[in-house]
Amino acid sequence: MKISKDKLVFRILGVFLIILITVFCVVPFVLIVTGSMTSQASILRDGYRFVPKEISFEAYKIIFDSPNMLLKAYAVTIGITVIGALLGLFLTSMASYVLVSKDFKYRNHFSFYFYFTTIFGGGLVPWYIMMVKYLKMKNTYTSLVFPLLMNVIYILIMKNFMKSIPDAIFESAKLDGAGDFTIFINLVLPLSKPALATIGLFIALNYWNDWYNAMLFIDKQELYPLQYFLYNILSKLDFINQSASRSGVPVPQMPSEPMKLAMTVVATGPIVLLYPFIQKYFVKGITIGAVKG
Amino acid sequence: MKNKNGILSELQKNKTKFIMLLPAVLYFFIMCYVPMSGIVLAFKNYTYSGGIFGSPWVGFKNFEFFFKSGKAFLVTKNTILYNLAFLIINNTLQITVAIILSELTNKHFKKFTQSLMFLPYFISWVVVGAFIYNLFNYEFGAINTILKSIGWEQIDVYSNPSAWKYILVGVSAWKWVGYGTVLYLAAILGIDPEIYEAADIDGANVFKKIRHITLPSITPTIIVLLLLSLGNIMKGDFQMFYQVVGNNGLVLDATDVIDTYVVRSLMDLQEFGMTAAAGLYQSVLSLLIILGANKLIKVIDNDYALF
Repeated sequence: MKISKDKLVFRILGVFLIILITVFCVVPFVLIVTGSMTSQASILRDGYRFVPKEISFEAYKIIFDSPNMLLKAYAVTIGITVIGALLGLFLTSMASYVLVSKDFKYRNHFSFYFYFTTIFGGGLVPWYIMMVKYLKMKNTYTSLVFPLLMNVIYILIMKNFMKSIPDAIFESAKLDGAGDFTIFINLVLPLSKPALATIGLFIALNYWNDWYNAMLFIDKQELYPLQYFLYNILSKLDFINQSASRSGVPVPQMPSEPMKLAMTVVATGPIVLLYPFIQKYFVKGITIGAVKG
Repeated sequence: MKNKNGILSELQKNKTKFIMLLPAVLYFFIMCYVPMSGIVLAFKNYTYSGGIFGSPWVGFKNFEFFFKSGKAFLVTKNTILYNLAFLIINNTLQITVAIILSELTNKHFKKFTQSLMFLPYFISWVVVGAFIYNLFNYEFGAINTILKSIGWEQIDVYSNPSAWKYILVGVSAWKWVGYGTVLYLAAILGIDPEIYEAADIDGANVFKKIRHITLPSITPTIIVLLLLSLGNIMKGDFQMFYQVVGNNGLVLDATDVIDTYVVRSLMDLQEFGMTAAAGLYQSVLSLLIILGANKLIKVIDNDYALF
């Protein structure tokens, strides 16, 4: 097969650029993994490198020797992720179903009611005071679940998807005497499975990666979700390192550098492992969302 | 009167639907509309016992304090400049990658590279913060290790404010390249293949086809996405700024945006009134910019208008 010269030039440049960007995207992950398997002494002496000079799994050993806090944080995150994603998904799809129903006269008014919240807000302070003072959410699991439960963009994506379900299906169900809620549960939900998977995973990812709400509302360590737990460990180990180097006292006999990275690996592992299987749903969600609703 | 009857009869007819919509309506009422009433705080001296509505009024004192602190101009400037840089660089990169991927024919290569480029989107900003530390740490960060090994001088970004412009722009590009590529690739795949075939027959080369077919075809998408992100220009990617830069006082002037300023004032200083004023200032500016952007969209293509 003959390829014209312009195509050849374009492809060589293009492939080169794509490979370069891909490498940039992957390198930090590789560095974290290799760094977590390097001995503390080697890091302090040789710095972080792609291929560790002295391999050591001490950091992982320390983490898994007393895994209680880590397991607790994992449990909190898994709990809020599952509950939040299921509840959020149910409420989002129920609202979307009503908003695409053609016989619901005020659907545009309500759509605007939701949409307006994306263009104007009261700001962080009134919201924070409401959550803490009036809803008494400080140090509760609810404060981690509630803020990420629903999102206008997901309602829009869901609406876009549900629009593609033919009206005739609802009409015939109505003629058979089915109510709206029955139609929603028995017809709409099964037909929307791909969209449900997509939105469910978007919501789940938000919960899994959340540390911000924990920073605002949680100060009891046993309530920390995984990412905030990681953040705390990282800053604590940083603090130990800094004060040790400032005062000249040798860093305590703890592999603090590889531990930070090992902790990061342990907290990120599940997402990266699941990633190949869930990626396609995110691609679908972005594509549906790009269609104006 | 007629209107009221309309609502009542509608309520009766679609009772189940109203009930099904109720949780979402209540949710956004509590999370968004109730706090909107809290903007009165910007004009009050907040006391815990008084709460939002019982605290004494102070007029424009909070705004005065915010603007006189000298911070207002700095954080506004930083917010706008950073967001403009993100907007231009991220979109250029994403469009370039999408166009290249659409022209390549090896499916496995396309799929493989696209997957890996999408990976950064999935990790939390805390982890990105760990990456940054791992790369840029002065004593043993990976970049400085490489610089040392080839005999160059190490760089200490943590005491060098101007370095953070590049780091933040780079991190943002890195995090979003996969996401945006998916978006633009979808737009490119929507172009009618017959147009390309016709161009092939006319003997157009690859660069000509990109310039005269691909780019003009995705221009509406580009414009709309750009104008949409313009609406967020007063907000920042708070999580990115907070995690990537960390609590580093030395580089604050170069990296402080409205969002970080607001959270810091709230969490560290407990300056409720002044922070609420800064938040209101941000919300109103945002709203004005969105209304302006929407007007602009209407001029370009009415179909894409937001409302």
